[in-house]
Amino acid sequence: MATPSSTDTATEAPARRERAAGPVDGPVVIEARGIDKTFRIPSHRIDSFKERIVRPFARVEYRELRALRDVSFEVRQGEFFGIVGRNGSGKSTLLKILASIYRADAGTIRMVGRPAPFIELGVGFNPDVSARENIVLNGVMMGLSQREARRRVDAVLDFAELGEFADLKLKNYSSGMMVRLAFSVMLQSDAEILLIDEVLAVGDAAFQQKCKDVFHEMRDAGRTIVLVTHDMTAVESFCHRALLLHDGEIVHIGDPEQVQRQYLRLNFAGGDGGAAAKGGVVPDVHARLVDSWLENESERAVNVELGKPIRFGAVFEALRDLERPTFGFHCYNEDGLEMFVFHRTLLLEEGQPDRLAEGQRARISGTVENPLMPGRYNLKCWVARRRNPGDLALHGIDVLDFVVFGTAPPRGLVLVEADVDAAPERPEGR
Amino acid sequence: MNDTGGGVVLTDVRGPSALGGGWRRFFELLYLISVTEFKKTYFGTALGYVWSLVRPLLLFAVLLFVFTKIFRLGSTVPNYPVMLLLNIVLIGFFQEVTNNAVTSVVGRESIVRKTQFPRLVIPMATVLTGLLNLGMNLIAVAIFLLAYGVDPMWTWLFLPLLVAILFVLTSATSLLLSSLYVRFRDVAIMWSVIVAALFYGSPILYPFDTSVVPTLEPYQGVLAINPLTPFFAQVRHWIIDPTAPTAVEAVGGWTHMIAPTAIFVAVCVIGVWVFTRAAPRVAEEL
Repeated sequence: MATPSSTDTATEAPARRERAAGPVDGPVVIEARGIDKTFRIPSHRIDSFKERIVRPFARVEYRELRALRDVSFEVRQGEFFGIVGRNGSGKSTLLKILASIYRADAGTIRMVGRPAPFIELGVGFNPDVSARENIVLNGVMMGLSQREARRRVDAVLDFAELGEFADLKLKNYSSGMMVRLAFSVMLQSDAEILLIDEVLAVGDAAFQQKCKDVFHEMRDAGRTIVLVTHDMTAVESFCHRALLLHDGEIVHIGDPEQVQRQYLRLNFAGGDGGAAAKGGVVPDVHARLVDSWLENESERAVNVELGKPIRFGAVFEALRDLERPTFGFHCYNEDGLEMFVFHRTLLLEEGQPDRLAEGQRARISGTVENPLMPGRYNLKCWVARRRNPGDLALHGIDVLDFVVFGTAPPRGLVLVEADVDAAPERPEGR
Repeated sequence: MNDTGGGVVLTDVRGPSALGGGWRRFFELLYLISVTEFKKTYFGTALGYVWSLVRPLLLFAVLLFVFTKIFRLGSTVPNYPVMLLLNIVLIGFFQEVTNNAVTSVVGRESIVRKTQFPRLVIPMATVLTGLLNLGMNLIAVAIFLLAYGVDPMWTWLFLPLLVAILFVLTSATSLLLSSLYVRFRDVAIMWSVIVAALFYGSPILYPFDTSVVPTLEPYQGVLAINPLTPFFAQVRHWIIDPTAPTAVEAVGGWTHMIAPTAIFVAVCVIGVWVFTRAAPRVAEEL
């Protein structure tokens, strides 16, 4: 269903990327000043009256977790604004405060109208009533009046292509239909500001592609959107501006490319990057990823069939002269487990120097055997100089994000060909 | 509020609260959710309405047997079966709603944590759904009342007032319980015991009338503290038997009305206060 549109976007992506850059000059629609939020986490939680009564003077000790400190920013009308950070950086807390789900301890937020929060798809859907009623219910929850919500029903159903199932109870919907409905509900919300939290993280590849198309559409339609994510490709391709949070504080705010660089620095400087820590500096100014793609019958694809080889390509550009570069590719599964690794150096003709000059590009393409079980995978690339793994030019940048699809017994991490026989042994001796 | 240019007006975002988003939004959501729930029970299953009636009727049949055949109490009270049925339906509303309300906020966790939502809607939707249910059951009671041969009285017009009083008490109790349960999970167990005590401690199975039940005499003062006691006395006086004592007469004069009234008011005030205090933080506590 998404095949034509997916090839579309893959080829259009670079053009859109250009459009994303540059500030938007609308009036300010969200203004946050000095937001502070501390969670008090009791080290021993008293959660019954009995305990309270048995030990009335027991002091409850709290561990304070400062989720956000002094966060200030503005979002302008028509802006696609990203909030990024590692897990636990406070980005979702910030979104929930903007959405009036949590209350800030200090600071002020001012906003135009009521925002429509999408923390998760299909929140508050009631499985026991029809889609029609759910759409109305959800609309009112998102701040519409009942009349507006009823008027919207047909548009939502049309977009989701679920018109004929309007009166079917939601519990009889397939999960795919449910997701389509939930998404459609979100799109048809005419709230001034949309607050979206990582909805992209769910669903299969085709669905994710649809999400991306939808985000592009909404951005081009000039809607104000705040998106919380840790997917850097999303930030780069949608956001006009982004905010990077680390331990509840703003590290950087502004240009998405800058934010992406800082984010990678935070991710890999922390020690688990290993190589980066050894290298001392974070030299991602030496090279950049220009383009990367996954191929399927010579067309760009978003996923790979189980057992079929992974055909991919990537183009890197040297931002400084790179001596004897090595490209290290590491494939991770959803849990961050390293599935396989391979390295390539430049393939040289007679007399060609083993280096990339500033501005010169290197094209990497080919086929990788695919023993991966169905699931989501991520291919990252490190570029090192002088054959020295500690001397990095580019850090673990996401080259591919792909899904292996197909059906396989859900055991193990990889699927292997096994030429093995089992045969009964003849009893010997007697 | 101020204008940042382009005719855009910024307003303060104050965070979540019991009534966040204003009254209109509150009532619309409340209405939609309660009606959805109500429809679910009545039209969701083929025997929807039958099921919601079967429970009080079955309880009624058992109790009627016990109190007219075994204890003979019923035979001395005029219109005992009608009184019993009406009382069971009324207390059933209180029991069912408060029991459901205890876990209502925690049970709708995903809504509380993931949407901007006037928190008050959640327990109140439980109450309203129960109220719609009560309305249906009262129709059945009315039919039984007429079939039994009770003559219509003008005091039946007070029924909405009685239901309103019960509604207020039930709502306040529900608010209190639903917010306490977020912090103290044993509230559910404690409440199930208290509800049972209230069932027997309130004049549901027996009239609060020493001329009919003389053994009540020594406990009259204690039982009259319960706000449900004068309530059910008045129900009997207005709906079942105009010769029965009014609430004031039953508890023994106006001075004895002070305690139950004070408790009634206290429950209401504390319920609303606790809930509005807990509402802004409830998403974090879950």
